[in-house]
Amino acid sequence: MMSTRQISRNKGGDGVKQSRRDILKLGAITIAGAVIPLSAFELLTPEALASTKKHGAGKRWGFVVNATKCVGCGMCVKACKTENEVPFDVNVSRTWVERYVQLKDGEVIIDSPKEARNGFIKNDPQGRQVKEEDIAKGFFVPKLCNQCEKPSCVQVCPVGATYRTEDGVVLVDRTWCIGCAYCVQNCPYGARFIHPDPKVNVAEKCTFCYHRITKGLNSACSDACAFGARKIGDINDPESEVHKLITNNRVMVLKPEYGNEPMVFYIGLDHIVR
Amino acid sequence: MSHAWRPLFVVIGLLAVVFIGRAVFVPSDFSAKNGDYKYQWHREGNEDDWKNFKVKYKGGKEYCGECHDDEFTWISASKHANVQCENCHGPALGHPEEGPEKLAIDRSRDLCLRCHAKLPYRPTTYNELPSGPIRLAMQDPDEHNTDVECVECHDVHKADFKE
Ligand code: HEC
Ligand code: HEC
Ligand code: HEC
Ligand code: HEC
Repeated sequence: MMSTRQISRNKGGDGVKQSRRDILKLGAITIAGAVIPLSAFELLTPEALASTKKHGAGKRWGFVVNATKCVGCGMCVKACKTENEVPFDVNVSRTWVERYVQLKDGEVIIDSPKEARNGFIKNDPQGRQVKEEDIAKGFFVPKLCNQCEKPSCVQVCPVGATYRTEDGVVLVDRTWCIGCAYCVQNCPYGARFIHPDPKVNVAEKCTFCYHRITKGLNSACSDACAFGARKIGDINDPESEVHKLITNNRVMVLKPEYGNEPMVFYIGLDHIVR
Repeated sequence: MSHAWRPLFVVIGLLAVVFIGRAVFVPSDFSAKNGDYKYQWHREGNEDDWKNFKVKYKGGKEYCGECHDDEFTWISASKHANVQCENCHGPALGHPEEGPEKLAIDRSRDLCLRCHAKLPYRPTTYNELPSGPIRLAMQDPDEHNTDVECVECHDVHKADFKE
């Protein structure tokens, strides 16, 4: 007698007998195989590789932030807002500086009051009084648009108003943008906002100071930094400072899990940075 | 003609409207560079729009040095050598001819404290001078000569004391 736990394909014959367990096993393997996306078989490129590989044929603008050098003076934010006509007293900015303070009990306090346009001049993270002896560590992290290789903000634009230039800068066409703010929602880095000036009133973001870098100048923020924390240049040019910084240091990008492939590389990021 | 054809004319008519509308409203330089419809589909003229945005920061103390020789010479030899004039005086667009004839002078303590306030999480060394690394000089604003402007005692362009 066949046990209730067995079924036979070939009733009565001497053919293959398969237990229910075997079939379940096979099924499970098949399903497991089917749900693994093809992308899982791609070799995972380590960050270092991703940063040193050549991007595109010609020039590729990239940025290196050395977070270990930043003192949080916010001169970059001041210069950026003035240079790019983002109203100074409104709480939005193309670039900003975040303060991370980790207490000895593990709590992490993050803030960026007024995007740090007036700098950090007091030890008052989120307006709190924090005793120096309670602080385990702390640092500043300058942020800006990552000018991604695969910008998710561009993908969602319904009208083709935002795009990546050949040299790798993501721009917004102000005459074409309808201000729907899908891109604002879809940027994992919160780098976009709607321009507060009613005369503009469309999506706004860091342009790497496209009007400056295409004239051989630096971006306003990197010029303003007296601490060498912000460097901009052609990452495809082996002679450029940014290329050397990327190849000679251990660099990271923000939120690599989103797959946007940022072109802003960080030196000295900590795991508490978001 | 059979009434069965009528929907076809409606469709052709609609298509015509769409294509004429597109020709009128969509700029002719709208295209996908490198065949990349995903990321490079745009109006090409917009690249020039951004390139023509007005530059406001001269971005180098050499420009200022043409006329303000003293400040330029002092600051270049000081620990403030990497601090741009325009950080403290604002962008020099049109200065001195058609823009601001005189740039702003900010004598507030808050200006200096942006870089000099003592915060427990600021880096402690400063590495950007050719003479080598030095200690980053920080002051507790609640203790260091409160209520007096820093420039009463310090010469900012020399990063030192006033004579
Ligand atoms: C072409 C010459 C020229 C250049 C270049 C120039 N300035 Fe001036 N600047 C002047 C003149 C002229 C005045 C007004 C007369 C005065 O008070 O010295 C002035 C005034 C000023 C003042 C106000 C001085 C006061 O006493 O109120 C400041 C600050 C200043 N300039 C800063 C700068 C900075 C910073 C730069 C570089 C980004 C710069 N200038 C570049 C000619 C120049
Ligand atoms: C760290 C901020 C800072 C930087 C950098 C700076 N200045 Fe000044 N500047 C000041 C302040 C503050 C005063 C007012 C000084 C005072 O009252 O003692 C001033 C005054 C001046 C004046 C007026 C001097 C006078 O006697 O009336 C000129 C001109 C000037 N700066 C030019 C420059 C130039 C040119 C540079 C760059 C080479 C420069 N400054 C860099 C903060 C700065
Ligand atoms: C953009 C940042 C920045 C600003 C703003 C700034 N400084 Fe400095 N200052 C520095 C740096 C960087 C150094 C060199 C490192 C050091 O000595 O701390 C320095 C050095 C100094 C020194 C020399 C310290 C020493 O140990 O010899 C003095 C004094 C000084 N600054 C005064 C001032 C005053 C006064 C102001 C405001 C008018 C001011 N600084 C504004 C960045 C700044
Ligand atoms: C009443 C005069 C006076 C005023 C106002 C003043 N200082 Fe000083 N400062 C001094 C003297 C004296 C020293 C040297 C002795 C010391 O370290 O206290 C000094 C030292 C410094 C140093 C060098 C400290 C070091 O570690 O080498 C810095 C930086 C500095 N001051 C910045 C400032 C700043 C920023 C302000 C404004 C917030 C300011 N000072 C206001 C008199 C003054």
